[in-house]
Amino acid sequence: MLSRVAESIYWMARYVERVENTARIMDANYHMILDLPVGVGEQWEPLVVTSGDEELFKKLYHDEFNRENVVLFLTFDTRNPNSILSCLQNARENARSVREWISSEMWQQVNTFYLLVKEASREKAVLELPHEFFVEIMMASHHFVGLSENTMTHGEGWEFARLGRMLERADKTARIIDVKYFILLPSVDYIGMPYDHILWGALLRSASAFEMYRKRYGQIVPDQIIEFLILDNEFPRAIHHCLIAAEIALRNISGTVRGRFTNRAEKTLGRLLADLDYIQVEEIKGIGLHEFLDNTQTQLNQIGAAVSETFFSIPVVPAATQSQSIE
Amino acid sequence: MRFQNYDTGGFYDEMFTPDGQPRTGTEAVVNRFNALPLEELKRRQQAAEKTLLQMGITFSVYGEEQGTERIFPFDIVPRIIPHNEWVEIESGLKQRIKALNLFINDVYHEQKILKDGVIPEQLVLSASGFRPECMGLRPPGDIWCHITGTDLVRGGDGKFYVLEDNLRCPSGVSYVLQNRVVMKRSFPWAFDAARVAPVSDYPNRLLELLQYLAPTRRDKPVVAVWTPGIYNSAYFEHSFLAQQMGVELVEGSDLVVVDDRVMMRTTNGLKPVDVLYRRIDDDFIDPEVFRSDSMLGVPGLMRAYKAGRVALANAPGTGVADDKAVYAYVPDMIKYYLGEEPILKNVETYLCSREKDLQYVLSNLDKLVVKKVGESGGYGMLVGPHASPEERVEYGEQIKANPRNFIAQPTLALSRVPTLVNDHFEGRHVDLRPYILFGEEIYVMPGGLTRVALKKGSLVVNSSQGGGSKDTWVVEACTLPEGGAPC
Repeated sequence: MLSRVAESIYWMARYVERVENTARIMDANYHMILDLPVGVGEQWEPLVVTSGDEELFKKLYHDEFNRENVVLFLTFDTRNPNSILSCLQNARENARSVREWISSEMWQQVNTFYLLVKEASREKAVLELPHEFFVEIMMASHHFVGLSENTMTHGEGWEFARLGRMLERADKTARIIDVKYFILLPSVDYIGMPYDHILWGALLRSASAFEMYRKRYGQIVPDQIIEFLILDNEFPRAIHHCLIAAEIALRNISGTVRGRFTNRAEKTLGRLLADLDYIQVEEIKGIGLHEFLDNTQTQLNQIGAAVSETFFSIPVVPAATQSQSIE
Repeated sequence: MRFQNYDTGGFYDEMFTPDGQPRTGTEAVVNRFNALPLEELKRRQQAAEKTLLQMGITFSVYGEEQGTERIFPFDIVPRIIPHNEWVEIESGLKQRIKALNLFINDVYHEQKILKDGVIPEQLVLSASGFRPECMGLRPPGDIWCHITGTDLVRGGDGKFYVLEDNLRCPSGVSYVLQNRVVMKRSFPWAFDAARVAPVSDYPNRLLELLQYLAPTRRDKPVVAVWTPGIYNSAYFEHSFLAQQMGVELVEGSDLVVVDDRVMMRTTNGLKPVDVLYRRIDDDFIDPEVFRSDSMLGVPGLMRAYKAGRVALANAPGTGVADDKAVYAYVPDMIKYYLGEEPILKNVETYLCSREKDLQYVLSNLDKLVVKKVGESGGYGMLVGPHASPEERVEYGEQIKANPRNFIAQPTLALSRVPTLVNDHFEGRHVDLRPYILFGEEIYVMPGGLTRVALKKGSLVVNSSQGGGSKDTWVVEACTLPEGGAPC
């Protein structure tokens, strides 16, 4: 398929996934706040910090990390390239440029999705009932993924969508877990208190993982939560699971068998996946959870760059043929 | 009774006779609309518009808030053409396109028609669409204009006239297909009332045509639609057609010419392309041959084309035949090349390059519609009766400065179709653009795009100038008893 098309499909899927995770993380934070004891204060800054757009926020909102500012910044502010509205705009423009490749249903869903949020951004009344709005966003994303599953041929284009979605999700789960680092650690006193449980519960909910975790482990135990969200190979938002799926997608695209690699994308992804295949919670704690997550995100960025370089950058045409003149 | 107070206003109405009776073929639809409560009618109009918005069938509005998009307005009352009238239009269009194609081929080879003095040589060679670079080209099967959209209007006398031939990259066919989809969703009952000729075959026919053009006989030639990109106003149509045909949609940056073969850049390296349905003007296709500042083009494309390694639809150079001054000679071409009388008439046309016509035009600006010969889309046009005296004077100066660039036609009393305006129907002027595919044989899609001037009294139907569209039905005959209830 055309490199440009592959790239657009990949980014379309990534942006939709990014939107869903941003909605999810805000929704979980709203819930968490309601459960916190009086005096703890609302914690909105970590959401911005983990999104990676802290500098931009500080510039636009003069360091005022209150609820309204943070929610606006992450939801509707088109000056923020990673806000929900910006991402949907990008998802839609990418989808528009590959309309002939994806199914009409997928295009219409992205389009309707964008129009929904665009419309909401005019009124902003949706923020009175944020839960409803964020659930609507998450469902719209699920709707889109479901349509991709069931209306698009599971060929090369679909694999690029899956690759994009899984790399994005792995990155976002890493960031969600990392929020905890910024909320929790400053106050050592709280560790082991019910407050801590509330935070861990919120964290699981951010990844829509609360119920599945309960079924698997029962009690809220931080180490087990880390194990579940990072190392589980069956839970669909666990980093390990995402990378397994991403690797399958990549191999299906290039046709390379496991155990070999033919390009840098396969090499970088294979390495990170091998790490996650064998690492244990104790080792992660030894490295430091935050440091481990930071390093994982760096590697995910490298994989993204390698995918782009391998499949999307325009092949160079030999200079001799390029400069041929007309007879 | 929705049409009770409908006034045909002294114009030819496509749905009603002057005494208010439904025309042949429209009775059943009129009855169905009459039986529908107003609220229901408006609800369905809104539903239709919402569908178009969700499908993303929109165009960007320049100069408004960034990201403002509008749907191409759609009116729910179909424009109905009885089958017997259609048969005549169809044969007229086939005749016309045959002659135009022979003309283009002649112009780029022997120029017999010019030497025989049928058309002034200077007029043709000075047309902005004439491409000297195309002299001697031999497109496959000697077919140049593969895809054509010819604009027809019906005058006060009830006859169809050809207003202009669009032989370069006519757009709008996607609206025909989507309007039909929307109409079927919003008004399914209207369809049981009439046998409407289906239009959904078009993408199929187009693909067959494009594959037929492939230079090398291959089992599955690679066909691609070439778009200028997502910011082009017709981008929706480009992607829609590629999707419906199941072919690649490419941009100039996806293509590269290697050893006179056009290749596209894929995730697996370079892959050859056999046929390009290009939706990009001659000027921009190859910076080596045409405009050197084109960022959209593919250097070397014309080399590959001349070497017979890639097919282009339409062929470069077809614009010479849709110059509005050359248009005036199409009836002569039909007689010259085919030895036949034109089935479809031209609108009477004054060429300002002729001294006598120029004088007539300048002294009758208040009665005429004046157009620039190389423009399309309703731009650069003067509708004399609707213009202010100052505008006419100013336009007259433009004409005097470059008479070759202008033609004039009498202001036509374009036919009208009932159109929903708030809570009632009013007549609005329409034209008709049928689409013609010229390959192994000539195919005319039944019906075409009906564009409607939504502003009261306006004669300009272009979407950029406040026009909308309607579904166009070629109907056999009414098959349901009168007064059937809506479902």
